[in-house]
Amino acid sequence: MKFERYGLGIAKGLSVTIRHLLRRPVTTQYPEQRLNPSRRTRGNELIWDENKCTGCGTCAKACHIGAIHISTSTNPVDNKYEVKSYEVDTGYCIFCGLCVEACPFEALFMSYDYERAQYRRGDLFQDKEKMVETPERKVSGYFYPGRAAKLPRQSLLVNNDRGKR
Amino acid sequence: MAMPMLPADWPGNFWAHWAIFAVIILVFMLLMVMLFIWFERRALAVMQARLGPNRAGPFGLFQSAADALKLLIKEDIVPAKGDKLVHWLAPVVAFVPVLLIFAVVPFRGGAILADLNIGILYIVAISSVTAVGIFMAGWSSNNKYSTLGAMRQVASVVSYEIPVVLSVVGVVLLAGSLSMQQIVAAQDIPFILLQPLGFLLFFCGALAEINRAPFDLTEADSEIVAGYMTEYSGMKFGLLFLAEYGEALAISAIVTTLFLGGWRGPLLPDWLWFLVKVGIVFFVIVWIRATLPRLRIDQLMALAWKFLLPLALLNLLITAAEILVLPAVSLWVFVPINIAIMIVLVILWSRFFKLGWGKVEV
Repeated sequence: MKFERYGLGIAKGLSVTIRHLLRRPVTTQYPEQRLNPSRRTRGNELIWDENKCTGCGTCAKACHIGAIHISTSTNPVDNKYEVKSYEVDTGYCIFCGLCVEACPFEALFMSYDYERAQYRRGDLFQDKEKMVETPERKVSGYFYPGRAAKLPRQSLLVNNDRGKR
Repeated sequence: MAMPMLPADWPGNFWAHWAIFAVIILVFMLLMVMLFIWFERRALAVMQARLGPNRAGPFGLFQSAADALKLLIKEDIVPAKGDKLVHWLAPVVAFVPVLLIFAVVPFRGGAILADLNIGILYIVAISSVTAVGIFMAGWSSNNKYSTLGAMRQVASVVSYEIPVVLSVVGVVLLAGSLSMQQIVAAQDIPFILLQPLGFLLFFCGALAEINRAPFDLTEADSEIVAGYMTEYSGMKFGLLFLAEYGEALAISAIVTTLFLGGWRGPLLPDWLWFLVKVGIVFFVIVWIRATLPRLRIDQLMALAWKFLLPLALLNLLITAAEILVLPAVSLWVFVPINIAIMIVLVILWSRFFKLGWGKVEV
């Protein structure tokens, strides 16, 4: 005779829910507590290194959205390309990371940050100045495992290490 | 035992008594409902490993106040082809009886608006009127979801009223009075121990009558949007919501009075005991909501007519038989006997409980 049908099932269920009273919540109180994203995350911006870039335009060719716009001029004295403007419209960008993977000179990176929401579409437009690596605009370890090693470990809810950023 | 009782017209004047307790009941009900909504959201959240509302005020205590304020300033929408007068009247008809219930709930010895000698009968009568208001709400909305919800509400209230009243009769037999004060005064042993089966039936039926989970078919949001509340907005919705939680509060208070010994208890002051017991009963209601999934409508009906009603009749018979031999033996003898009877009866009757001659899964 199974007692599950005679009220024991209900009692078991009640004991499960009451035990949850002692459990820690799994939610994160976002503005106060933050979780570390994956070290190889593809953040909401692109970061570009002007010194390494040769202006070859491989990234712009790799971008199937056409969000990267690069214009160069020749410098006959040094026999080099000079990057006149390098612009990304992150409003169009789908953050596939193909441009980063395509760059032969390690000059383009995904960013580590995810809080880049803007009020206006125009603010999503990144020009040269907005693509420089700064302490606020960190480089993600995407495609560059060496860079990833320097970033904080991803916080996992099972470890209960929220709010340590 | 001599109990501290306030005189029936406590400050000495009939009208002063009336005015003071009317204000107390209004404030108690509104405050407790807001507190209970907050408490339910927090407790439910913790049981689901969340936090619940924690932004407005300390621990999110002002969340219900903020919600009430929002409801007050929201637009009041009436369906174009609905019955406007009935639509307007329904929240009032649903809410007023809930408020009236508290007229006979003793907060402490003598602290009661009107100590009717038919107190519990009055509660049973007046609490059924809410169903009329809810049916009006469903009907006047001219909406299939509202009508379905209202139909389910009426069906469940009519069915569950019977086992509820029959299990109340057991308490009345033991107490020898219908007055809520006298029922509390009779509980030297809380009636939950003397009437465990009656308590189970009453609690089950009461949950169904006030449409709390797992019997919340009336507003089953996954099936019929919000049931009878679908077409309501603004303060009319707020009033229906208030009526719903007011009923939960009323049921907690009635269970406290009938089965848990009302305001009586050691050490703490009377009124605090009452509040603590009401809070515990409400916590159990929330706990059940967090645990059990919603019933189907056929299961709801079958549970009332095939399970609760026969058991309520048996419980009445057993209690009456016990009352006959009562003067001979101490009441404490009946505590283990009645608990054993409850377990045996529930298990036995569960074996008989079938849907569709056993063809439909329970």
